[in-house]
Amino acid sequence: MRKAWLILQKDIQQEFKTRFAVNAILLFAVVTLTAVSFSIGTYSASQEILAALLWIILFFSAMSGLSHIFVREEETHTADTLKLVALPVNVFWGKFFFNLILLILVEIIIIPLYFAVMNFVVIHTSFFILVMLLGSLGLTGGGTMVAAIISKASAKGALFTVLSFPILLPVLVSAISATNSAVGNDPVSLTGNAIQTMIAYDVVIITASVLLFDFVWNE
Amino acid sequence: MYLHCDAVTKYFDEKLIFKNVSFEASTGNSIAIIGPNGSGKTTLLRILCNLMQPTEGIVKYKHNGNVLLKQQAYRYFSLIGPYLELYEQLTARENLTFFAKMQDIPNYPNLLTRLMQRMNLSGREDDPVKTYSSGMKQRLKYVFALLSEPKILFVDEPRANLDEEGIDTVYSILTEQRKKGILIIATNDSEDLKFADYKVTVHA
Repeated sequence: MRKAWLILQKDIQQEFKTRFAVNAILLFAVVTLTAVSFSIGTYSASQEILAALLWIILFFSAMSGLSHIFVREEETHTADTLKLVALPVNVFWGKFFFNLILLILVEIIIIPLYFAVMNFVVIHTSFFILVMLLGSLGLTGGGTMVAAIISKASAKGALFTVLSFPILLPVLVSAISATNSAVGNDPVSLTGNAIQTMIAYDVVIITASVLLFDFVWNE
Repeated sequence: MYLHCDAVTKYFDEKLIFKNVSFEASTGNSIAIIGPNGSGKTTLLRILCNLMQPTEGIVKYKHNGNVLLKQQAYRYFSLIGPYLELYEQLTARENLTFFAKMQDIPNYPNLLTRLMQRMNLSGREDDPVKTYSSGMKQRLKYVFALLSEPKILFVDEPRANLDEEGIDTVYSILTEQRKKGILIIATNDSEDLKFADYKVTVHA
């Protein structure tokens, strides 16, 4: 894990100098949030719809930035240099944690804004935080693996969203359902299935990614 | 240290690049991979470094009589080539520190200083790599490759982008490497070929 930490540090160091991924994902989130708030206007959407809209914003924001971590390595021809000094498993964990930190940072900025702009009220706060964490883990696990796959393709941008959507759909649907409980529409006790699905999804997608990453990275 | 390349063949889709390339090398050997442009010299080097899979054949490394697994072998070799890049936004020191830590190189700050001096890059350690000229980047790649004191050194086009003084330094590095380890160079340059004990020709 020390090597994964070194790769994470290197990626953070690079990101501080370019701010490409942070800017892309944050600007996309803010623009989408603004568009949603203007389009709903004075109409008050139900909390159920707002829960779904929150995850749609987070999903597409993630799609705009999570692939950058691998695309940059391929486009700048540093992927081979990294392969010469690092085992694939360390590369995966380094990139995974970078994307997770990036997504959580964006959520820390976007979610309070969303509360303020959209009049979104969470009743079960700790449950909501758990849902956000599990959802972020799933988005990051699946997104990081797909990012590694599409980084070798020519039409990277479009391909990332198209390939990620079916893979991330289970965690997205479960997260929306669980968020509904957090805002008080459904009793939390009835959302056990959604939470179980998210935990199972996170475990499966991250384990599968670790096991398969060697083949993708060295292809 | 021992390197065994056995009947390696590479196809890109249906196109044959080279077929049945075989050779062996052990400590003290130097080999030149030669062939016309597009014959697959770089592809063969990438296969030898585990950066690409051969379509057929095997590449085997041995150290102290033990066959090395793929995840062990990478610790014993370094590669220098025009297609390998360092991180442009980071400084030379940040790049080399990252690579040294990744390879568990003890006492790397002193080694880094010594190698930067040898490659005539002293004083530029804290400049971003993107501000380097192509010749300086090539010199920096030699520093990166030599940091781990590799048992096998793969060099693709040793003279690429270098001036006369840089070429002299590189030739002194090649001379040292062929004495203490294995040297594999991909080149067609007659001056470079003087550093090879024997030649391996690649062609379809």
